[in-house]
Amino acid sequence: MTTRIFGSGIKRREDPRLITGEARYTDDIKLPGVLHMAVVRSPYAHANIVSIDSSAAEAMDGVVAVYTGDDIEGLAGLPTAWLIPDSDLKTPEHPALAKGKARYVGDGVAIVLAGDRYQAQDAADAVVVEYEELPAVIDPEEAAQEGAPLIHDDVEGNIAFRWAPFDKEASDAVFDAADVVVSERILQQRLLPTAMEPRSAMAQYNPATAELTLWCTSQNPHIHRFIISAVTGLNENKVRVIAPEVGGGFGSKIPCYPDEALVSWAAMQLGVPVKWTETRSENYLITIHGRDHVQHVDMAASNDGKILGVRATVYAGMGGYLSTAAPGIPTILHGLLYVGPYTIDSVYCESIGVMTNGTPTDAYRGAGRPEATFLLERMIDNVANKIGMDPAEVRRKNLIPAFEDGYEVAAGLNYDSGDYPTAFEKALGMAGYGDFRQQQKSAAAQGRYLGIGVTAYTEMCGLGPSQVAGAVGFQGGLWESATVRVTPTGKVQALIGASPHGQGSETTLAQIIAEELGFPVDDIEVIHGDTTETPMGWGTYGSRTTPVTGAALAKASQKLKEKAKALAAHLMEASEDDIEYADGSFSVKGSPDQTQSIQDVALMAHLAWNMPEGMDPGFEESQFYDPPNFVFPFGTHIAIVEVDAETGEIELQRYIAVDDCGPQINPEIVAGQIHGGVVQGIAQALCEGVIYDENGQLLTGTMMDYCMPKADMFPNFELGETVTPSPHHPVGVKGVGETGTIASTPTVYNAVLDALAPLGVEQIDMPLSSAKVWQAIQDARS
Amino acid sequence: MQVAITVNGVVHERDVDPRTLLVHFLREELDLTGTKIGCDTSQCGACTVHLNGKVLKSCTLLAVQADGAEVATIEGLAENGEHHPMQTAFWENHGLQCGYCTPGMIMASAAFVRDNPGASEGEIRHYLEGNICRCTGYHNIVKAVKQVADAAAT
Repeated sequence: MTTRIFGSGIKRREDPRLITGEARYTDDIKLPGVLHMAVVRSPYAHANIVSIDSSAAEAMDGVVAVYTGDDIEGLAGLPTAWLIPDSDLKTPEHPALAKGKARYVGDGVAIVLAGDRYQAQDAADAVVVEYEELPAVIDPEEAAQEGAPLIHDDVEGNIAFRWAPFDKEASDAVFDAADVVVSERILQQRLLPTAMEPRSAMAQYNPATAELTLWCTSQNPHIHRFIISAVTGLNENKVRVIAPEVGGGFGSKIPCYPDEALVSWAAMQLGVPVKWTETRSENYLITIHGRDHVQHVDMAASNDGKILGVRATVYAGMGGYLSTAAPGIPTILHGLLYVGPYTIDSVYCESIGVMTNGTPTDAYRGAGRPEATFLLERMIDNVANKIGMDPAEVRRKNLIPAFEDGYEVAAGLNYDSGDYPTAFEKALGMAGYGDFRQQQKSAAAQGRYLGIGVTAYTEMCGLGPSQVAGAVGFQGGLWESATVRVTPTGKVQALIGASPHGQGSETTLAQIIAEELGFPVDDIEVIHGDTTETPMGWGTYGSRTTPVTGAALAKASQKLKEKAKALAAHLMEASEDDIEYADGSFSVKGSPDQTQSIQDVALMAHLAWNMPEGMDPGFEESQFYDPPNFVFPFGTHIAIVEVDAETGEIELQRYIAVDDCGPQINPEIVAGQIHGGVVQGIAQALCEGVIYDENGQLLTGTMMDYCMPKADMFPNFELGETVTPSPHHPVGVKGVGETGTIASTPTVYNAVLDALAPLGVEQIDMPLSSAKVWQAIQDARS
Repeated sequence: MQVAITVNGVVHERDVDPRTLLVHFLREELDLTGTKIGCDTSQCGACTVHLNGKVLKSCTLLAVQADGAEVATIEGLAENGEHHPMQTAFWENHGLQCGYCTPGMIMASAAFVRDNPGASEGEIRHYLEGNICRCTGYHNIVKAVKQVADAAAT
């Protein structure tokens, strides 16, 4: 028996092209005669556009055309594609270029097409726009108050939606009767996704065939095709969207933005290819931001540490327009997660989506679930402090016991499987929790401030059953499809509708096929990212490619395996019941010399010289897969920090993560997802955060000002795992793309606040910069 | 302006707009698109190349300033069809995910280890401050660089 390929940490087949610089990302692709597009962007967060004079720009070298919002005809506004039911949702128009009014700094006002990117930018700078500045509002809670500047005439009070699906009276009754209620105003600051590859789009239109090809930085080219077809009016079968190599997304490359629509429109107008690539400064202004919640949270508990209920009112900043999936993030992907891995019987969430003069927000790694996990974990520490019980003990008392096949929680979800106590105790063991509490005491005696934070989490991913998508207003399906195609010489092409962009899915999905079908993993290619070459799929986000596409591939492979077995039996003139399979080869029970390899069978299926009656030729299967439920990975993370009380500086000393994503296809890739996710989440706790001034100007417009996390902020991470298969998934796997980000922010935040507790500090808004920590210490001392 | 820049051992003579950044010269004029642009403020390091053997962010230099110089990019790092040890180490240690920061990371790390064989993990983490990665959490990048640094010290 050879080593099992499923579960093996093989090297990624993506890497040779990436480590040599040979990979082609969108901006690396060149077309002859291409024009470059630059966008004239509003320098004001809220302003009437009085006039636009493009005459000087038009006269400049290399400039081919300048278009303003009024010139753009035949291009519909960008749609919002998650229409939350029962929320009184308003969807204000989002034109590709602002007409009459700009609603955030960076809102596009005009476009310039020129021969090269330098000329285009020069000409964009020469477009003279007269603005009448209006008062701006950035904070979502302020924007929801009476008298706040009105951003869209048709969105009264700036309230885009109000979602409150739970029973308020029942929740209030729990809180009224509880021994203990703790409350906190939690700020989930705005974050910049910062995929390292800035967004880029290039369009080419062939007037003779009326076909448009759009290369763009997309996590979901089929959704981009859908929307580009809708806004341009081209038939969907005349639009080809190609997501070539894509340099990270983290949610920010899900939406269809004005820029993709504008290059498409301009290419159609001018009959030449048009390219646009954002600068990082532009990226920070216009590519979606994440989070931006102001949360008023309460938790009810008994004196002996039983958590009785959680409730929150959330003001979620939507920015100047409602981005593609924006309304779903602080609602469906947030409020339904208020139970976490605990036996909490009462939940209530009122989520208010508020238009502001910030950049539009949308899904950023975790998308709603980190904001839920943080509030739960923060409040549990508050309960622990209030009743004088160790926070780990409070968690232990409230964890849902292990279950293998379904557990319905008060928030309405049916968790697939979980063994939270085992992961929890394993993490505590790895951290040496009991010993640490002793060390903490000894350190305190020497005037040193150590802290520990523990997060138990579960989350829903592998989005998701399409029926649920429909019920919650998502304007798409959430299934995936895949084709496993075997060539006559026994080499495999797997075509998938999803569109990975750094996750290593070309490797892990090949491992699934190798396991199920028996071809060597090196003979399997996974092809994605081109709507003409690949079958329909809804994209790579919500940690869904392994669970959903992986299931489609496993099932397609299993169907092919059945066919292969039947054909092998026929070729060896044996009964199918007597066929045995091992290591890519079929044999007849009792006569081991007679074999047919999977490659032999594939060739014979193609030749079709000798097929069993009723069997079609060829060796290819397609599979649509709609998951019956979400998958629910889980685990426990622990951070140990030391805070320097004199400077406010935080040293992250240890980080322990025990995660359970079911059977791991490739442990190296799983670990990589956790490392990266953990750093993104820790950075929210410690350093990242968007700052706007009172006029809505972005002050954190560079990576330095925004404080991107760097290598020297982190220790080596200590990972552990438990393995609890999903009962409904063909190979038991769950997603792992977002767990690190979901778990790590409260883990580190709680560790820091634990360290600061002896100093009397109880709350600091994130991020926990040394200046803020130092100030909080001073305030507590005085 | 006329420039003659040697890139990966080949001399390229071009007439360039004086304001052309070296990174744009490499990407647009020479089609060496392995060198990436991840920011416009010289922080991310995706555009890292070697200029006369020293590490340089190619968005911080005009092409005309590189006139007469020798530039090495990621495309020239492998020798005789063999990956550079740093490329191999990144592959073996899963030191990359989306790959966008990777050329810059590898160029910076290769020069660092050449000059600092046996560097400690702390020194590596400190050095890598000039290169930003959003995917890996740096864990496996540090592991890859350490592997090469350890091998270089023996």
